[in-house]
Amino acid sequence: MDPKKPGRRQFLRNSAALAGLAVGATTVEKSIAAEVPEERVDALHKHGERSHFVDSIRRGSINNPERRLPGEPVAFGLTTPLQDSAGMVTPASLHYVISHGYEPPDINPREHRLLIHGLVDRPMTLSLGDLMRLPSVSRFHFIECHGNSSTGGPGGALRVSPEGTVQDTHGYTSCSQWTGVTLSLLLEQAGLQKGATWIVAEGADDYKHAKSIPIGKALDDALVAYAQNGEPVRPEQGFPLRLVVPGWQGINNVKWLQRINVVDEPYMGMMEITRYPRLLPDGKSRWFEFELGPKSVITRPSGGHRLPAPGFYEITGLAWSGGGTIRRVEVSSDGGQSWKDAQLQDPIARKSHTRFTIPWNWDGEETTLLSRCTDDNGVIQPSLAEVAKIWGTDIDFFKKTTLITSDLNAIQPWRVNRDGSVKNAIF
Amino acid sequence: MRFSKLLAAGVALIASAAAAQTPMPAYKGIGAPATKQQIQSEDISVSPEGKGLPPGSGSAKEGAAIFAEKCMVCHGPNAEGGKIGPALVSSKDAHESLTTMKPERSLGAYWPYATMVWDYIHRAMPRDKAGTLAPNEVYAVTAFILYKNRIIQETDVLDAKTLPKVQMPNRNGFVPARFADIPDEHKRGCTQGVCP
Repeated sequence: MDPKKPGRRQFLRNSAALAGLAVGATTVEKSIAAEVPEERVDALHKHGERSHFVDSIRRGSINNPERRLPGEPVAFGLTTPLQDSAGMVTPASLHYVISHGYEPPDINPREHRLLIHGLVDRPMTLSLGDLMRLPSVSRFHFIECHGNSSTGGPGGALRVSPEGTVQDTHGYTSCSQWTGVTLSLLLEQAGLQKGATWIVAEGADDYKHAKSIPIGKALDDALVAYAQNGEPVRPEQGFPLRLVVPGWQGINNVKWLQRINVVDEPYMGMMEITRYPRLLPDGKSRWFEFELGPKSVITRPSGGHRLPAPGFYEITGLAWSGGGTIRRVEVSSDGGQSWKDAQLQDPIARKSHTRFTIPWNWDGEETTLLSRCTDDNGVIQPSLAEVAKIWGTDIDFFKKTTLITSDLNAIQPWRVNRDGSVKNAIF
Repeated sequence: MRFSKLLAAGVALIASAAAAQTPMPAYKGIGAPATKQQIQSEDISVSPEGKGLPPGSGSAKEGAAIFAEKCMVCHGPNAEGGKIGPALVSSKDAHESLTTMKPERSLGAYWPYATMVWDYIHRAMPRDKAGTLAPNEVYAVTAFILYKNRIIQETDVLDAKTLPKVQMPNRNGFVPARFADIPDEHKRGCTQGVCP
């Protein structure tokens, strides 16, 4: 072969050569080039792209930019399309996002530093390079917004609508493999002093989100993550550093982490104190709610799906618990009269989404599908009526409230109609 | 040579004495010591009782002019809220609304600490120009907003000592009230992952 003329194989590999070869190309080469636009081939070769036949997207208020006034900060939420999910990992590109009115900052990782100071013997700054030299861990963890599945608040109407999909009802949870350094290692490196009982973690976003976290949790299993699902953490997830606080409300997982101040009491961040406490009927507010309870949801079939005909279907869904590992998921295909154990798919990890499956033959009659999970502390996911009882209220409250009903981990019913349509049946 | 070795040993001795409280770091050559100056310039934390508040002072009277110049465009002339910025003044019955189905979680009615107002203005305001207000200006704007919420008088001067003493109407509206009780989440009678 003429060494000056690249062979066809090399031609296919090297997208950069594609443009230069257009003149002398063979028929085969021409037809290949015609099939896929060059810039797309370039992207496919360099970092991959999903098929353009796949239309699964995050949804949220960002899809209505025309409602936005010039300069108006819009707090938007983008939900994960759980109805299309498989396995237990969420692609980083589809991980849910809550933004309190700010776009992600554009941070140069070479200039970024993490400052650790306060009640420590050796206040220090760490570069990304420093962190990557330290012993690393990789762990699967879900992150869930405290308002996920809330019947009130911004997403409430869709969440309770019969037309609600599992993206509308449960889309503010996602699961990734996070890689980074344990926070306990960094705090030991800095040397905790007596009286160090809390940390304040701060982000580099425009309002410098600050979150107070008890030192016990910081030393237990918190993680300073620089990678998500095998690639650098995405900008809207906190590039280049995110604090991952497993099993605790999403707000604790500070993005664009730039500072950890070790202190002796909680500091009152605006967001954590004014938006996140749960109002009780007597007007008092429960502040600093952290751990998310055991929760599961069937993702297929789920709201908006249509079963084409009676016959066999695999029922599949996700279960997770902020308290630990999912031990058991039960599924009912008769509205809760009887329950069967579902299979749990590996990997089954602590404070992580766990995929469950169970075979089902639909007889074509109307029915309701439910799932409930149990974690390794023996804690069982409640029904909505049980949540209402614990909160000292009734189901009517969930219909009427304008508030975010935080940490709502109630069992999710999906009604299957005779025409095969599947509807949200929370009420 | 000998002198420099002695010096090095002396420095090492001082260093180890300073770090006597906790074991030396396990991983060598990682990170850089943060200087006092560096910490001072980056540490914007303010505790609920006012730890971290810098010197300076301001009153509502001074704050009115700064508010008109830098805040009004978004929040409205009387901090009543505009098209872009939220209302910073609570309605008169806002605190009572907290027991209803439509509670008003606004600054005057809900925020438990006056120091939070200072902290948030200082770290995040004005939007897109955060960090440009001098401490005196932050004290003055904080005073203006608290005055508009009928919490302090127009002539009251706020500084690192007086600001933490300002009593917010919802100061006792949060449970558990004692900070020490907060981390013991499991003692709150939670069952089935639901806390009462």
